[in-house]
Amino acid sequence: MRIALFATCIVDAMYPRTAQATVSILERLGHEVVFPAGQACCGQMHVNSGYLKEAVPVVANHVDAFDTEEYDVAVAPSGSCVASVKHQHPMVARSCGDTALETRAAAVGARTYELSELLVDVLGVTDAGAQLGSYFPHRVTYHPSCHGMRLLRLGDRQSRLLRTVAGIDLVDLPEADQCCGFGGTFSIKNADVSSAMLEDKAANIRTTGAELCTGGDASCLMHIGGGLSRQGSNVTTLHLAEILASTMGAPASVTGDVHVSTGKATR
Amino acid sequence: MSAREDILGRIRSALRDAPVAPEIPREYRATSELDQDALVHLLSDRLVDYKARVSVVAAADVPARIAELLADVGSYVAPEGLDAAWVTESDARRRVDSAAAPLSVAELDGIGAVVTGSAAAVAETGTIILDGSPNQGRRAISLVPDHHICVVNAADIAGILPESLRRIDGTRPLTLISGPSATSDIELERVEGVHGPRILDVIIGR
Amino acid sequence: MSTFLGMPSLPVFGSGNLHAAESFPKAAHRELGNAQLRANLGHATHTIRDKRLQVVSELPDWEQLRDAGSAIKESVMARLPELLEQFEQNFTARGGVIHWARDASEANEIVAGLIRDTGETEVVKVKSMATQEIGLNEYLEEQGIAAFETDLAELIVQLDHDKPSHILVPAIHKNRTEIRDIFLREMPGADPELTDNPAVLAMAARAHLRRKFLTAKVAVSGANFALADSGTLAVVESEGNGRMCLTLPETLITVMGVEKLLPSWQDLEVFMQLLPRSSTGERMNPYTSLWTGVTEGDGPQNVHLVLLDNGRSAALADEMGRSALHCIRCSACMNVCPVYERTGGHAYGSTYPGPIGAILSPLLTGIESEENSSLPYASSLCGACYDACPVKINIPDILVHLRSVDVDSQRGKKKLPSQMDVGMSAASWALSSGKRLGLLERGLPLGRLAAGRDKKIKKLPGIAAGWTQSRDIPAPPAQSFRNWWAKERQGAEQHGGKTQDTTQNEETGA
Repeated sequence: MRIALFATCIVDAMYPRTAQATVSILERLGHEVVFPAGQACCGQMHVNSGYLKEAVPVVANHVDAFDTEEYDVAVAPSGSCVASVKHQHPMVARSCGDTALETRAAAVGARTYELSELLVDVLGVTDAGAQLGSYFPHRVTYHPSCHGMRLLRLGDRQSRLLRTVAGIDLVDLPEADQCCGFGGTFSIKNADVSSAMLEDKAANIRTTGAELCTGGDASCLMHIGGGLSRQGSNVTTLHLAEILASTMGAPASVTGDVHVSTGKATR
Repeated sequence: MSAREDILGRIRSALRDAPVAPEIPREYRATSELDQDALVHLLSDRLVDYKARVSVVAAADVPARIAELLADVGSYVAPEGLDAAWVTESDARRRVDSAAAPLSVAELDGIGAVVTGSAAAVAETGTIILDGSPNQGRRAISLVPDHHICVVNAADIAGILPESLRRIDGTRPLTLISGPSATSDIELERVEGVHGPRILDVIIGR
Repeated sequence: MSTFLGMPSLPVFGSGNLHAAESFPKAAHRELGNAQLRANLGHATHTIRDKRLQVVSELPDWEQLRDAGSAIKESVMARLPELLEQFEQNFTARGGVIHWARDASEANEIVAGLIRDTGETEVVKVKSMATQEIGLNEYLEEQGIAAFETDLAELIVQLDHDKPSHILVPAIHKNRTEIRDIFLREMPGADPELTDNPAVLAMAARAHLRRKFLTAKVAVSGANFALADSGTLAVVESEGNGRMCLTLPETLITVMGVEKLLPSWQDLEVFMQLLPRSSTGERMNPYTSLWTGVTEGDGPQNVHLVLLDNGRSAALADEMGRSALHCIRCSACMNVCPVYERTGGHAYGSTYPGPIGAILSPLLTGIESEENSSLPYASSLCGACYDACPVKINIPDILVHLRSVDVDSQRGKKKLPSQMDVGMSAASWALSSGKRLGLLERGLPLGRLAAGRDKKIKKLPGIAAGWTQSRDIPAPPAQSFRNWWAKERQGAEQHGGKTQDTTQNEETGA
């Protein structure tokens, strides 16, 4: 299968390893990964902040980049951005009266998947350790991000994958379904409430005794990780793609620089 | 322009996009499959959960059970249309409330208990419905006395709410009762017995 | 049947206790500082949330009930003029009297006039959001009429000269000890030995209100539902104070928003399953009263209903926002809201707090009214409210819609664009082209300079400072994924196909 990677702007600019890990996982499964060069951002920040007019060119750019026959399905390592592509893009196109864009946006949305969704539903991954060689000998807790949970209904796909990683010690996060308080510009406009939410999330993470917290959205992880870091905690955050990509031969390090194999591992 | 015309005009104007009223999907349960034993059991269970007191007796034993429950009561009120067999006509403690001679609120406040029948009951939610029929009387009599003894015929118990409501005339003055008066206003802790009758005795007669 | 004549009118917004006098972030900042409040709210919302989940999971057809409830309400909105006229006809035919009120002050005047006509100067009240919204108690007090709240929580709030902070549990922000102290201070004849046991406190309220109930001649209530095909009104309650008010007085005055209608008796079977489980987390509330006009010999013989617009027609005119009027005031959304849980209801300014308040208040008043434009931003868009809503109001989508209404209403009004405006325009330019973003990403190493030795950015300027008040930002990587890919993969492909198993390029390391 030819799979188009939608890296998302935050992963592209801030967490390239998450994108590299995604590529690595898909290639290990024998698929070809392409990167539509015109892609930039899903525009969710604009839409969710009320800047619909400013969102239009961002959405149009995404649709232009992904409305091609060059791939079979698209994937992004982010529940939130995929939810935006699926649910918001047609709405944004409608709001500016562009019905052609609306139709194309809906078609792009229909073949865009969140990473765990693609792995579980389309590519048939049931055992990450066996099928991907995933190995991650660390105590980990998992935060299911709101948009993956409630807009995409990912259910337990992400945690099921994590559970099958060899060597992992996955511990339940108390009040896992509670929002971390990120919410895009919410964390700036309502910084006090956001901080209060983050405080509780961080406290719950610390009670698990995990070395790190993983999840499927780099933005939430940046928020949670930024809070833990400010509090002087040693607990860090790591995207689940990087845990799945970690192998015995090329383990992801959780303390220093992370080295992830982007090559084909033994399957 | 009158306020009425003004408001209706504003609403019509607000609907100038002519939204279409959707079909109502009624795929929720309309009936339950429970037999009478199960219904009686479920209703009892739910009422007890609300801290009501429940007794299940043979229909013929309802009067005896009422008498037991009234043993310590100084006076009680009965609606004029209450089943004649249920309370003794000669009982000096009995006050009858009728359309011709309604008791005043002050009189009701001085009375210890009330005995009524009921129109319907819902097992799943532990709900008893009073509809003001002659064996239940007007609403005030089952409200002011502190102890409500309510008789439910097993045959009137339905499994779920739609079944019961479909048997009821909605234009009668209705009271749906699910347990005694209660509040959860302080720290969400449930406390039984505020303004309504603090004791609810339900006799299920079968 | 009256017909619609002339030009569509401009929306007429509501008045009363619907306006935030200060912005949400400012109010939230103050409320967050109250540790007792946060503890009380955290405890209460968690308790009720768990109860709700349990009783909802008992019903195999919960989702089907939600679907029906949502469609019924959508249908009510589409047919509102027709249903109001039908209701009016049925209610009137059975001896009730209907009054129409365009806004809060008109409703207040009608109610005060009706009370004056009875010659009474005291009324008992059943908890009602509509009368909170119009500020009826305050108005009546000015008119020399004393209104006694009879719901326990409303009584607590009234005795404390406070405002409700939750639509179902108005005193959710108070714990038992605080309530005991209020009773001792404000309740005439309260037992000085009063403990803070909730059962003891409830009994004190019973004793306090009993005389009022038994002697009141006039009661004022709200209504949970109104059935158009029969003219029936319904009040759902727990304590029996509702039954007292609805049964014993001679005159009953009900104030109800026009959106509360249901088409028919059959619809009640849906809402009486949805409401109690969503609000108190009970299978059924202890008492529900239904009345249809006047019944001879049973209950009040003078029955009035004030139908209130107060901005509802304006909310209805907003095609994206109108489903906010589907709300049945169950409060499930606030009980699951992480923002409400931490700030409480007062931070929202309006009678309607929490997620539903954040959309309903600005829809009723117009987004430009006072500080209500800050309300749609009082959400992280986590979506918990939408999942909990028994009538499936898509609150997150309406929040986003109202944010765009706010942004658009500001466009061109300001002499200078805000920092947010400038940032959003710049980001729109940068993020609408892969090429531009790739070029900008070549500046990422600059961000590494901004980070300290520990590779963390600890202070951002301007509006972004809010982020760094409690969070670090990691130093950006030396190279973006895009630029790495272009070099390592596409570059390699151009030079003869795929490369070997690439271990990650050092340059992308952070």
